Amino acid sequence: MTGLQKILGIRRMPWVFLLPNLLAVLFFSLLPVAINVFYSVTGSDRLYPSERPFIGSGNYETLFDCTNYLDASTCSSDLFWRAVGNSLVFVPIQVICMIGVALLAAVCLNREIRGRGFFRAVFFFPVMLSPVVVALTWQWILQRNGALNGILTWLGLSPVNWLVFPNTAFFWSVFVTVWAHMGFYTIILLAGLQSIPRDVYEAAKMDSATNWRVFTRITLPLLKPVLLVVFVLCVIRSVQTFDELYVLTGGGPGSATMLIVQYIYEVGFAVQPRNFGLAAAASLLLGVVLLIFTGLQLRLSRNSQHG
Amino acid sequence: MADVALSKSGAPMRGLLFARRGRNRLDVTDWLTYGFLVLGLLIMFTPVAWVVLSSFKTQANLQEFPPSILPYSSETAVVEGFDQPLPLFDVTLKDGTKARLAQIRRVGRNAQMINPDNPGAGRVTVAVTDAVPVRKVRLATENYTNLVASSGQAMGRYVYNSLFITTVATIITLVMNSMAAFALSKYRFAGSNVALISILSTLMIPATVVLVPTYLIVAELGLVGNLWGVILPTVATPTGVFLLRQYMLTIPDELIEAARMDHASEWRIFFRIVLPLSSPALAVVAIFSILSRWNDFLLPLIVLNRREVYTLQLALNSFQSEFEVRYDLMLAMTTLTALPLACAFIFLQRYITTGIASTGIK
Repeated sequence: MTGLQKILGIRRMPWVFLLPNLLAVLFFSLLPVAINVFYSVTGSDRLYPSERPFIGSGNYETLFDCTNYLDASTCSSDLFWRAVGNSLVFVPIQVICMIGVALLAAVCLNREIRGRGFFRAVFFFPVMLSPVVVALTWQWILQRNGALNGILTWLGLSPVNWLVFPNTAFFWSVFVTVWAHMGFYTIILLAGLQSIPRDVYEAAKMDSATNWRVFTRITLPLLKPVLLVVFVLCVIRSVQTFDELYVLTGGGPGSATMLIVQYIYEVGFAVQPRNFGLAAAASLLLGVVLLIFTGLQLRLSRNSQHG
Repeated sequence: MADVALSKSGAPMRGLLFARRGRNRLDVTDWLTYGFLVLGLLIMFTPVAWVVLSSFKTQANLQEFPPSILPYSSETAVVEGFDQPLPLFDVTLKDGTKARLAQIRRVGRNAQMINPDNPGAGRVTVAVTDAVPVRKVRLATENYTNLVASSGQAMGRYVYNSLFITTVATIITLVMNSMAAFALSKYRFAGSNVALISILSTLMIPATVVLVPTYLIVAELGLVGNLWGVILPTVATPTGVFLLRQYMLTIPDELIEAARMDHASEWRIFFRIVLPLSSPALAVVAIFSILSRWNDFLLPLIVLNRREVYTLQLALNSFQSEFEVRYDLMLAMTTLTALPLACAFIFLQRYITTGIASTGIK
């Protein structure tokens, strides 16, 4: 490196430091986006670009080929629309549950209570577990002879095949993903709560405001910027949910818990012949939706800062 | 909080612990708080504890319904004339007396039993309903030894693959990200903004969206089925660069100027001055990297297509479809996969939670 500096001169050194990272970014982030656009307008099951014939908007037409958009079974790629439909239900429910529970946990952990550090660790613990471990853990609890049915039997109720019925499987998909990730958001919200100046609360106490009033009139407004960050992160990650559900339910029963990323994986990699073009088109659509969403959020947060 | 200060009178310690709103008792919101936290504790913790506990159950014990909380196993006795140890039962005999007998075999509703202390006395036929198996709490550690024995070298290979990917990817990430962060925080040069923006713009690209082309590039490099095929696409993390850059901006430029006066090379300045001073930020990036590389699933699922290169996560996933009935082995493997990070977590917990808190907010 010292020799390099002698040859290049000190002015060019920053580029030497930047080069490895820029190369990696170029090859594994920026270039893939360009290739993805190319894939989405070409057909056949061949991987190499030179072997793929140009088909224009063919893949998008396949995705959007429906006689009735409200009924997935009338689409030629019905699985895609089922996955979209599932995601449209899954994402809002999961995000609301996630932020609600995480906020509640953060508010509780922000109080002067005993064992705060311990409880904080407990809520964060599942974030450390790998998605496969999370999924298998819950599968073990939810199976026909599992602990949950054991408790039900003990209470005199009859056991339920939790992951066999679409509705209960969907409920547990939301539950398990919230269980696994809420700790992350709790910690961020907790940091936000702790950055709220104490004297604001002192003043409220002087005016003998109720707890609820303090929460809605002081905590929530002051926490708004952090809540926005958490909201966006949460939506982006929720849309991309794959690992836990792939192992827990495999997208089933039927396709009741299949979300968009699993569709991309199945079409592009799991089902033969591999349809890279369709997978690329679907993932570009997903990317565009996420981009619009993040753009909206940026505008929103800018407005809220000025207003 | 201020309410602690209000309770200075009376027993100081007790006041400090229980002080609420100036009165020495817990009010409703405190009860709600504790209620929520304890409920959270149960929901967060019991599932994991249940899996760990279950991983020490014998196969027979695992198939019981409703499941027993503690791992039990049937007691057996070696009886003369029988090759296998026989399971013991507490039996109520026809005349009302109780005895502990070993079961030879079961025929319909009856079982043939024998007295293990006196095999010469002959066989007794007992109704199944009159016999209760003798059980004791025992950790079935054979689940773990069987797991290692049945998968043999493969197990070591999965652990090695996971460790290799995690360590190498984390080291490369740290080196690469800190070098870039150094360039972007300590130099003023044309194009630095473009470089920063192009690195940070990748934050907007979800890994799943570029799944197919990433696979193509990995394939072009000839790295399908190779551990490096999972390492290379993940090493340049925009958050790492951002975090390290923000941290390095706080290092005073005078330090670097002084080093330049002493004719230290730029590389030396980076290595000897900036890097050591950034160690708190490096630790956070390292923890993030270790966490996500060890737990990675989708990219390895696509790139690592041979058993020999499987990571622990992939092996565990394939396990659940292959050995659906071998819950004993699967639970042991689940516990083993979660163990390293759980241990790391116990030691690093404080650091991780504050680290994430400080990076979550701009």
